Amino acid sequence: MTSVADAPAGHVPPASSRRHPRAVRRHAPPLLVLGALAVSIAVVLPLVFLVIEAVQVGWATLSSLLFRGLTAQLLWNTVSLTVVVTFLCAVVGTLTAWFVERTNVPGRRIWAVLVVIPLGIPDFVVSFGWRAIFPSFGGFWAATLVMTVAVYPLVFLPVAASLRNADPAQEEVARSLGLGRLETFWRVTVGQARLAILGGAVLVGLVVLAEFGAFEILGFQTLTTEIYTEFTVGFNDPAACAFSLILVVLGGLLLLGEGSLRGGGRGARVGGGVARQLRPVQLGRARLVVLAGVGLLVAVALGVPVGAVVYLMVDGGASTMPPASLIGAAGNTFVYSASAGVLATAAALPIALLSIRYPRRGVRLLERSNMLVLGVPGLVIALAFTYLTEHFLAGFLYQTPLLLAVTYAVMFFPLAVVSVRAAVARSPVGLEEVGRSLGVTRRKVFWRVTLPLIGPGLAAAFCLVFLESATELTATLVLHPTNVQTLATQFWAYQTDLAYSQAAPYAGVIMLIAAVPSYVLGRWFDRLPARAAAAQAPGPAPGTMVSL
Amino acid sequence: MTARVRRWGSVALALGMAGGLLVAGAGAASGSGQSITLYSGQHVQTTEALVAAFEKKTGITVNTRYDDEDVFVDQILAEGTHSPADVFYTENSPPLEELAAKGLLAPVAPSTLAHTPARYNSPDGKWVGVSARVSVLVYNTSLLKPSQLPTSAMDLAEPKWRGKIALAGAETDFQPIVTTVARTYGDAAALKWLEALKANATSHIYPDNETIADEVNRGQVALGIINQYYWYRERAEVGASNMHSKIAYFAPRDVGYVLDVSGAGILRSSTHQAAAQKFLAFLTSAQGQTIIAHSESYEYPIASGVTRTGETPFSELQPNPVTIAELGTGAEAIKLLQEAQLL
Repeated sequence: MTSVADAPAGHVPPASSRRHPRAVRRHAPPLLVLGALAVSIAVVLPLVFLVIEAVQVGWATLSSLLFRGLTAQLLWNTVSLTVVVTFLCAVVGTLTAWFVERTNVPGRRIWAVLVVIPLGIPDFVVSFGWRAIFPSFGGFWAATLVMTVAVYPLVFLPVAASLRNADPAQEEVARSLGLGRLETFWRVTVGQARLAILGGAVLVGLVVLAEFGAFEILGFQTLTTEIYTEFTVGFNDPAACAFSLILVVLGGLLLLGEGSLRGGGRGARVGGGVARQLRPVQLGRARLVVLAGVGLLVAVALGVPVGAVVYLMVDGGASTMPPASLIGAAGNTFVYSASAGVLATAAALPIALLSIRYPRRGVRLLERSNMLVLGVPGLVIALAFTYLTEHFLAGFLYQTPLLLAVTYAVMFFPLAVVSVRAAVARSPVGLEEVGRSLGVTRRKVFWRVTLPLIGPGLAAAFCLVFLESATELTATLVLHPTNVQTLATQFWAYQTDLAYSQAAPYAGVIMLIAAVPSYVLGRWFDRLPARAAAAQAPGPAPGTMVSL
Repeated sequence: MTARVRRWGSVALALGMAGGLLVAGAGAASGSGQSITLYSGQHVQTTEALVAAFEKKTGITVNTRYDDEDVFVDQILAEGTHSPADVFYTENSPPLEELAAKGLLAPVAPSTLAHTPARYNSPDGKWVGVSARVSVLVYNTSLLKPSQLPTSAMDLAEPKWRGKIALAGAETDFQPIVTTVARTYGDAAALKWLEALKANATSHIYPDNETIADEVNRGQVALGIINQYYWYRERAEVGASNMHSKIAYFAPRDVGYVLDVSGAGILRSSTHQAAAQKFLAFLTSAQGQTIIAHSESYEYPIASGVTRTGETPFSELQPNPVTIAELGTGAEAIKLLQEAQLL
């Protein structure tokens, strides 16, 4: 085992599963607990606002709004759509990740980037593109299609990351022990990625619950579109509050479901293993079929909105709207979204470390409660922060870039947590213990061992939050600094005025900005094994490449 | 390893810089001169033209935010006493009436109120009427002949319109019609009417008037009720040669023939009362009204004797006599819309 000598930090003893009970007994560092608590309080605040509202409204009014035919219809629409889209995204995201990461499908690197970009396209642009092509596009299956192709990257990204970090030898062992290709995929590959698939699926579910723009354009009524309707026709309407509470309950159920499915999932963790250049699965004749499938996915997810935007830019008709600064708006979007990405990623770290390294019931509850916020509509969160700054800060920070970035970070915090958590789960705690046993301080171990190990996860977290923030609209309209436009607000101004030719460039730039982190993300992950292979030319691969 | 430390050091540095940038942004105050903040639910074109002229005339800077007017009401309520808003400018009277009812609006200067006929102002002087629109039928000219059009909004409940009518129950502009129907025929009849409309609309339930105007023009649906100016704006956007729809008026004083007043009020919490009063005076002045008369939002000016050309003259309109006070906050209409499961 020359690799042990080469890079002791990378080696994980197979007996690492024994550390589990030991980890439970250890005390979490107080600073970590404090950090996690502080973050959780900030993230749960909007839910507190909802409860305050509900109490003010009173049960009589709430129940009369909740228990009527419309609620049942909305509940059915919302739940059936969420279930179908989540399932489809899990399938599409996992298969795509496997094709791109583990098979010899042609053009893997390009696909790895292209399949992520749809996440950065605002859902309202996607719906808009479909309707431009098929004017009567709408209803349940239209909503299903639009949402699936818009959010499946939420499954793809964590699954691809976990496949990349997972030990490929398991697949080879399985094959050598006589398992068929499909069985290997199902029992080993899916097994390795199980946590990532579940985590991604929950995100998809929560995002679908809170989605608004796409369904509004497609004319598909869900609880969230109804919440916006109630806000935009009534004033401070109790009904909006009532429906938001249903959403929170649905989100809670979703998380409970994932929790029980996850169950003993931690046992499936096999440390960092030995990540190295994997001999891709030879698809044989299926190669062309897979290529066509991935190509179709990209054509549908990317081609339709891009095509619509290009068409409208060329042939969108005249407009009476005043021109605005595209570059200025792009700059603002970039700064706000990047800040949100940094904030959310940094805030996710203590929660992820705590939940993986010191798993207890209280910690689990803390982590879960942080996820709920993703199911709450942006407008509700924005009004919650408006209310809170008024009541506790006398209006200080209101409509400032800082509060906007914090709001984005809170809204999309679960995306960051899932990515960071997956990375922490995959980074062997044994390495930190080795560091500590060699006399390095805990802080130094964190900087020199832990952070590099979870680097890709942090990058993924940043990119996810960045992408979602860049396309956020309803909270932005309430909280953006006065006189400052972002790409999304300017797109909205033009689009609601039917000035499609003027709206189109903004949608185009949103897509371009979203493409950058997607590209970086894809490239970064893609370079890992190549670099590793170069670093350890002869002999088997040490685990250091996991750390970049 | 040191390279790694350096890398994370630079990440920390970037983090710090981003934070610094944001806090700097938080601390940045507006310019030295006088300024007011305007929350506008009105159309961007009209608002920007008015603001530019006002700034030029008075030297007062106007910081404008745009959003849905009803979202603004929720926002202003949440903002409480520290609301940054000085002036609230809306497309319809109910949002202003709602804030007035909650005691959040300051009285408008009598000299400004005098610019506009009293029936278009807040009944108790809390906001001033700035412009007006009227509800009309929009119909696709290849799907319907003028002789086939209904003369009353009540007729749209008939089964023969099934699948032919577009409905935007969630559109703020629809509420005044619902209120008028309820005032005229009672709540029970209004509810029946709404339920029949919903059934007739089948899948053509849209989020707003813009969409109705667009779908009717494209022949997706035969007719709908909109405010007249959406049709003119659609024509300006797509060009006269691409118009396959026309507008038609209901019979004089019909419940579907309702005048909507757009107005502006001053927040009681505003610390720039004098500048805000100047802005309202400007909106209703001959200069402000002339801008509206020529603006591409195609609304009718209603103050200082200014008129609009190119549309049915305002003086020839014969809308239902429902008053601003009767239209109120729209709460009655919202309740009916909720009972009809349109909200």
